[in-house]
Order: sequence, then C-alpha cells, then structure tokens
Amino acid sequence: MIKEYKGLVNIMGPLILVEGVSGVKYEELVEIELPDGSKKNGKVLEVNQDKALVQVFEGTTGIDIDKTRTRFLGHGINIGVSKDMLGKVYNGLGKPKTENDRIIPEENLDINGAPINPFARDYPNEFIQTGISTIDGLNTLVRGQKLPIFSGSGLPHNKMAAQIARQATVLGKDEQFAVVFGAMGITFEEAQFFIDDFKKTGAITRAVLFLNLADDPAIERIATPRVALTTAEFLAFKHDMHVLVILTDMTNYCEALREISAARKEVPGRRGYPGYLYTDLSTIYERAGRIKGKKGSITLIPILTMPEDDKTHPIPDLTGYITEGQIILSRSLNRKKISPPVDILPSLSRLKDKGIGKGKTREDHADLFNQLYASYARGKEAEELAVILGESALTDMDKVYLKFAQDFEDQYISQGDYENRTIEQTLNLGWKLLSIFPKEELKRIRDENIEKYYKKVE
Amino acid sequence: MEKIGKIIKVAGPLVVAENMLGAKMYDVVLVSDMKLMGEIIELNGETAYIQVYEETSGIGVGEPVYPTDAPLSVELGPGLIESIYDGTQRPLDKIYSKVGDFITRGVQTNSLDREKKWKFNPLVKKGDKVSEGDKLGYVQETTLIKHYIMVPPEISGEVVQIKEGDFKVEDTVVVLKNNDKEYKINMIQKWPVRKPRPYLEKLSPTVPMFTGQRVIDMFFPISKGGSACVPGPFGSGKTVIQHQLAKWAEAEVIVYIGCGERGNEMTDVLLEFPELVDPKSGEPLMKRTILIANTSNMPVAAREASVYTGITIAEYFRDMGYSVALMADSTSRWAEAMREISGRLEEMPGEEGYPAYLAAKIASFYERAGRVKCISTEEREGALTVIGAVSPPGGDLSDPVVQATLRVVKVFWSLEAQLAYRRHFPAISWLNSYSLYIDNIKDYIIKNVAEDYFELQGKSMRLLEEEAELEEIVRLVGVDALSGTDRLILLVARMIREDFLHQNAFHEIDTYSRIDKQHKMIDVIQYFYVKGKEYLQKGVNIVDIENMKVRDRIARMKYVSIDKIENIDQIKKEIDEEFENLLKNV
Repeated sequence: MIKEYKGLVNIMGPLILVEGVSGVKYEELVEIELPDGSKKNGKVLEVNQDKALVQVFEGTTGIDIDKTRTRFLGHGINIGVSKDMLGKVYNGLGKPKTENDRIIPEENLDINGAPINPFARDYPNEFIQTGISTIDGLNTLVRGQKLPIFSGSGLPHNKMAAQIARQATVLGKDEQFAVVFGAMGITFEEAQFFIDDFKKTGAITRAVLFLNLADDPAIERIATPRVALTTAEFLAFKHDMHVLVILTDMTNYCEALREISAARKEVPGRRGYPGYLYTDLSTIYERAGRIKGKKGSITLIPILTMPEDDKTHPIPDLTGYITEGQIILSRSLNRKKISPPVDILPSLSRLKDKGIGKGKTREDHADLFNQLYASYARGKEAEELAVILGESALTDMDKVYLKFAQDFEDQYISQGDYENRTIEQTLNLGWKLLSIFPKEELKRIRDENIEKYYKKVE
Repeated sequence: MEKIGKIIKVAGPLVVAENMLGAKMYDVVLVSDMKLMGEIIELNGETAYIQVYEETSGIGVGEPVYPTDAPLSVELGPGLIESIYDGTQRPLDKIYSKVGDFITRGVQTNSLDREKKWKFNPLVKKGDKVSEGDKLGYVQETTLIKHYIMVPPEISGEVVQIKEGDFKVEDTVVVLKNNDKEYKINMIQKWPVRKPRPYLEKLSPTVPMFTGQRVIDMFFPISKGGSACVPGPFGSGKTVIQHQLAKWAEAEVIVYIGCGERGNEMTDVLLEFPELVDPKSGEPLMKRTILIANTSNMPVAAREASVYTGITIAEYFRDMGYSVALMADSTSRWAEAMREISGRLEEMPGEEGYPAYLAAKIASFYERAGRVKCISTEEREGALTVIGAVSPPGGDLSDPVVQATLRVVKVFWSLEAQLAYRRHFPAISWLNSYSLYIDNIKDYIIKNVAEDYFELQGKSMRLLEEEAELEEIVRLVGVDALSGTDRLILLVARMIREDFLHQNAFHEIDTYSRIDKQHKMIDVIQYFYVKGKEYLQKGVNIVDIENMKVRDRIARMKYVSIDKIENIDQIKKEIDEEFENLLKNV
C-alpha cells in the first residue's frame, strides 16, 4: 500500500524532513508533489521513529512546508532495463530524454546492485587493444579491469576516453564493446562532444548514454553512476556483452556526496568529504569485473579531474586505492602538444602482467615494457641533470638516453586522436626507438628476445 | 516468551531498537524478518544501538529485532583450512553455490561443513586424565596440517569413551567424566571473536620468521610472534608484499584477511595459491592458508568484524602449537569502518574524524600477536605473527592510523612512492624502516645462520646512508668531483640496492631467497667493497673498477637457483682475478 503525507517539517539544502510517517523503509523511493503539481523524486536517508529524512534528487526549489505531498513508494530506486537501450539517451536518473528513448523494460533492477562474491569472480586477463601505445604497450588494459584516468582541468581526457571507446577491441576477436556512458555534472559541450563522436563513428548504436549535465540537479548525480552500472551489469551478465563503462567526472559526483553529507551535519573527513567516501566509491568501482562462467564483462574507465593537479587530494587518493592502476595525464606534455599526454612514470596498470606475453600480445612484451620504462626514466633523469649542470656535463651514454627520452615522447607517446595502432605496431615502435642503444645497454631484455627483435623490426 | 525488540531508527549500517532490556553488549541480534545479522554496540536504557553486517535498505521502523543472547563467535574445527570466508565467517563458496554470483542478504550457512566426514585419530586412551587444552586426537585436515582436537576451555576429566574413524564435526568423539558430570566432546568449538583466546604465559620472541624477502630478512627482520606494519601510498606495492609474505613466510598456518580491499586481489590469491608450491614441503601453499575476504563493496560493519574473525581463527591454530602468521590488508579500511560506525553513533570524534578509542583498539588487536605457552598439561608453544598493511591518505605517515600502529608494532617497513616510481620493488625504504627485534633474535641468527650476519648488515646499512649523503653532493657538483673512495661507496651502495635489495616477486627464482643465499650474496658484495678499497690504494683507477666485468656476475646472483648456491662463493675468486688484472695494467 502506498502511503501519502501532506506537509513537511523542515527543508534544508537538498534534504526534507517528513513527520508522522509509519512503515517507511530505509532507502525507499519517494515521490514528492509540489504545490504547483509538478513532481520530484527522493530517497529516504534515515528513518527515526515517525520521522523520515529524504534526499531530493532534483533539488528542493519550489518545495514548501505546507502543501507539498510526499508519497512513499515501497521500493528502492529501480531502473527498467532492456537490450533496446543501446543507442538511446537518458537523464541522470535513467529517465528517457525523449519519447524515442522510451523502452519496454525486460527487467526492473535495484540500482544499488549487490556485491559480487569474490569467490565468483574470474580474474581479468584478456588483453584489450585500445590502439593507444601508452596504454597497450605500457599500461595494458584488460577486460574486467577498472582503470581510471586522473586528469586536470583543461587536459584532453575526454578526447582520450572517446578514442578508447572508439577503438577498443579484443585481439583476434571481432567482438565490439558496448559502451555505457555516465556523465555527471559535465558541460553540455563536453557531453555533445561524446555524442557527436559516437555518432560520427557509428559507436552510438552500441552505446547507452546517461547524462546529468552541469545545470541538472547536483543530487541526481549520486544515482547516475549506479544507474549506468546497473545497465552495464544487465548487458554484460544477462546478454553476454563486453561492456566498457565510462564515468565522467567522478569529482563532480564526490562533490554532490559532500553536499548531502554537509546538509546532514555529519562529521567531515578530509577536506570536508564524508568519512565513508572510500566505501561509497568502492560500491561503484567494484562493480567492474568478470564472473566465472559468464561470457560478458564490465571494464570501467572513470575519469576524474584532480583539483590543482594534486594526486593526494581525497578523490584521486581514494580512487587509486580501489582501482587497479591509474592513467595520469601530464600538463607539461600537453603544453608540448603531445597527445594523449600520458605521464608514463606514475601511471600504472596493476593487471597488465596477466594480460600480456605469449599467446596474448607477444612474448617480448614484458621485457620491452621494462626496458622502455627504465630507459625513459633514466632519460628524464638526464634531462633534469642537464637543466642544472648543462648538457655538456652529461656522459656520452646519458646524452643518448636524453635523445631517447625526447624521441620516445615525440613518437611513442604522441599519436593522433584518430591514429589506431595495432599492438604489433606499438611493440615494433618500441624496438625501433631502443635501437639507438648498443645491445649491452638493454639489460632488462632476455637474450632470446634481443636476438629475435633487436634492430630486426621495422 | 522470547523477547523481541522493535526498530525505531535506521541510518545506514546503524539500526536502533527499543524494548531491548536484557540484551548484552556485543550480543548478536537478527534484524527484521530478513534475519540480517547485527551486533549491539551501545545500550542506553531499553534502547540498543546495533551495527548490521548486511545492507539495511528496505528496513523500516517497527520491524522486529531478535536477540540471540550470544556474542559474535566463530566456529573452530576441521574444515577451516583452504576456506574463504567473509567478515563474519560465512563461507563464500557455499554462498556462491546457494545464491549465485552476487551476495544477497540474509543468507544463512554454517561456517563449517556439517556433512563432511573427517578421520579422527585418537591420541589418548580410556582412563587417561585430561584437562583444558590437551590434545585428544587429530584429523589430517590437509597434507600439511594436522588439526588437533583439544579439550575445550574450562573442562577436565577422565576419558571414559574415545572413538576412532570417520565422523562429522558435530559427532561425539570423546566422552569425559568428572565426578558426576559427563562431557560429550565433538570436533567443533565456538569462540567469541572479540575475546582473545587464553594461554598460560606470554614469552618474548627469540626466533626470526624468515620470509625469503632479502630487504626484510637481512635488514629489518621480524620474529615469530612479532608484529609489523607496512604503510604506503597506493601503487607502492603493499598488497604484493603481503602476498609475498603469505606465500613464503616460514609459518605453518597463514590467515590472510582482505579487509576492505579489491575483489580481484582475493580472486588472484584463490587462483594462484593452489598452483604455488611451498619450498619446504613441496605441497601447494593453499593447504596451509585460510582466507577472509570482506572486499570494499561488502558491508562496512562486517569489515569491522573481519579482523577479529581472522585473528581468532589464527589464535586457535596457535593453541595447537603451530606458528601462525596473519596478514591484514588493510587495517586502514578497518579503522575507517570504525570511523563510519562511530559517526553514525554521533560520538565526539578524535583526530581526522576517527573515534577517540582508535588507538586503544589498534593496540589491543596487535597485542593478540605473540609467542605463548599454550594451555595444556604437556609443554607446548605456539606463535602468532601479525603483519598489518596501512593505507594512509596520500601516503602521509602522520595519519592517525599509522601513528597509532607505530606505537605498538616493533617492525616498520616503510613503503615509498619514489622507490615505486623507479620500479624498485619491494619499495621498502632502507633509510626509514626499522626492526626492534634484532636484539631478541641475535643469538638465534648467530648460532643458526652466520656469525658475521649482523656485521655485514651494519656495514651495508652504513654504505647506504653514506650514499644518501654523497648523492646530495653529486646533485650539486657532479660525480667527477668525488674522490675515488667516495665513488666506490656509490658503486657498492648501488650494488646493494640493485643487486641485493631489489627483488622481483614475479621471477620464478628471485621471488624467494633462502636465508643462506641472502647471506652469501651480501657477503660477496662486501667482499667486493673491501677489495675495491684495497686496490684503489694500490693505484687502480675508479673508472676501471666501475667497468669491471664481474659486476654482471654479481648482478645475476639473485637468479642463481638454490641447488647451485656454491656458485655464488666462486664470484669472490673472479673478483680477485679481475682486480689483479687491473693492477697489471696500472
């Protein structure tokens, strides 16, 4: 039985307090009818005796104490999902944007989902070719991984995400990824960039978009990643699809969370973010993965802009503790017009070792990766030294490393937004760059690989 | 009639119920008709504050709360080894076969399999007098572990009946008689997790626990029964170190707690451990391992309980006389769970929003480690070593969890992001880390490993410290301005770092380094240093020393397999020869 109440006790920020209720459940969905007849949605945050604290997704503008009616619907926030959602656009709560986007749901699912049993998980180890050398060669992405992009304002993370969505394939298979795109608080232009790009390349037919733009209610953003991931889980584990989920921008999500926490007068953790930010983020990120005996998978690429490019800010910090690596974009590479400006040294893919090597990419991949990494690191050290002491103070070998670091940035890291390199091309490019070193300098590569590839590939 | 409480408030994992008079602190209750497990954490008049171990969405005011009159307990008995449990000891494999891929709410399962039969072998006979903690018999649980069935606490008497053969855990295997009382003993015990299991006496640790990790065993060793912490920012390799220790540490039983960490990491352990072979016994490592997995997205209150569940199981095996090692990854997530619950209770926060009792809880957790004399009429010793990872925000060591932990643990392995960026793994800083067990284990090492062990360790540490100072100078004026001896120090320090401390966890040989091999390696490097100084004085040029061929041999010592470690000694001869050759060219 659905119960309806008239009048509120209190309205503060995004929260309303209803009194005299009975039978209200925690996290129940609430429909709020404003005096002018329009409707909003809310969620129960706390029930205490006969009081219910409700978070209003669309903001509390227009809500009054006296005449507003609340209806408690007896279930949590659901989303109706169907395979037909591919190619359609929804708002941040999963409501269709236009009549065309309406579907007949196959199932109604609770957006909070349930944790995957660790025992049911299958380890992610299938290489995904993104066509971007810095990812494929050095920070390999595998199916079922969660790999965020740590960016800053003004950096081209959107271009990079679109490029991954466009180009990602699994080697040797013709399966394409379905893309679930969740936008939280990004601008119309940014969203339009993704839509145009998906349309132009035809990716739109296998994409579902959930858009909460900057001028949409901030609190709605709390639901957006969950709506997106619930859809992704349905496509992956019911329809055997490989789903790539892109969530942007997680920073906006966390700010909405902070707003609610502040309105509830909770004890804040670091920088005013709630103490449960880690737990909350993990209920989003941990939904990526593979499940034993299921064909589909969810690969998650959240994007976040680091305030002041600070990696120790709570949002990137906690994200890094949950996700399996991170791709960090560099402002200085971006200034040098190197695109995508991936900062190699602090970037990391924790699952790469399981996805590369013989039978997956190529037997020389691990050695080559280690060598390129070490040589580039030494080249960067030489560069710093040259700045302090002058280039003449470098040893001859350091000068070669310096040259290597520059070539590496210009040829390996830098590639066009529409250049799709195969893993072969990426690996061979690595060998080509290493050929400026004498054989003895390549200490991290096994002899048999030197034998086979050194100065032998083009 | 059984008393039933009524919910008056729901806020996240915290539920408040009234009409709860008679319930005790830390009693387990079942919340709502879904029977979600919860624990009482505060009592106020008739009102009880309950932390619920499962998702509370859909729970409302007025729903019932059923008391169980028992504290949160674990089941102890055959079937623990090779299991994977959640934070409240629910077996995840059983949940998987019951409800599928996702963990749904209110699943009730027994922690130990009630149907499986184990072969019980008696160790006492009719007429024997036994008391608390005495071994009655054993079950060969896995090829590595004899699971002893002990007399439960506070029971003693004369054996009037003892069985042999295949039994289920709940079948009576022994009957004891004490005066008029008869005790039927089966193979299962229950123990409340928040109460440390008793022992006769705590002993100070004297035996090192070797781990096969060179930076740990040689520089910052831990003892059996000791405690250690590994703090570090993300990406610095905390989890890899914990995995390495779980794989190679010299312990008979391993309890690994994944507390609020990634699901895929637990999957990795589950898939990898059955494949890996224990270097001593040749059996799969899984046969001595128990996993507790409460990943970050699983309920936060169960995460709070997970470390207690794990350590209670570990204590149980310690009481059998085993050396047990427990890894908790990560204790920061445990502390955060405490913070979250404390926030919901609206307690006055201490530092960074953590509850004021944070340090006390951390201290009492680590204090459950130790080498003990077990309760038993026979002389029996067990040890429990605890190693906790800490994940401070931004890698900042002033974090309250790090600071509270450092006050109690004796070993500190400090992970540094800078080392990780340079791909120096394990990224344990040799300048900041410490071990306070060196005095305790000195005698054992001198007697059993090598007499010059501590001498070599001290000399090597000094070289690393001198290197740090010299590097400052190099950064200002360049390496050419240094004297020959200083450049030799830089060279040898680099050898220690790259050829000794650096260890590849993914290389089949390098992943585990036996202590005698470690000793030989550091010995060769120090020998090189002594010879280097000698020949520098005789007039050999430092640049020629820097380009010596034997350096490549030293760099490859780590890949020498254990059956060929004599080859490492031969490097000394090569060092001699090459220096002689250099001298001829002067």
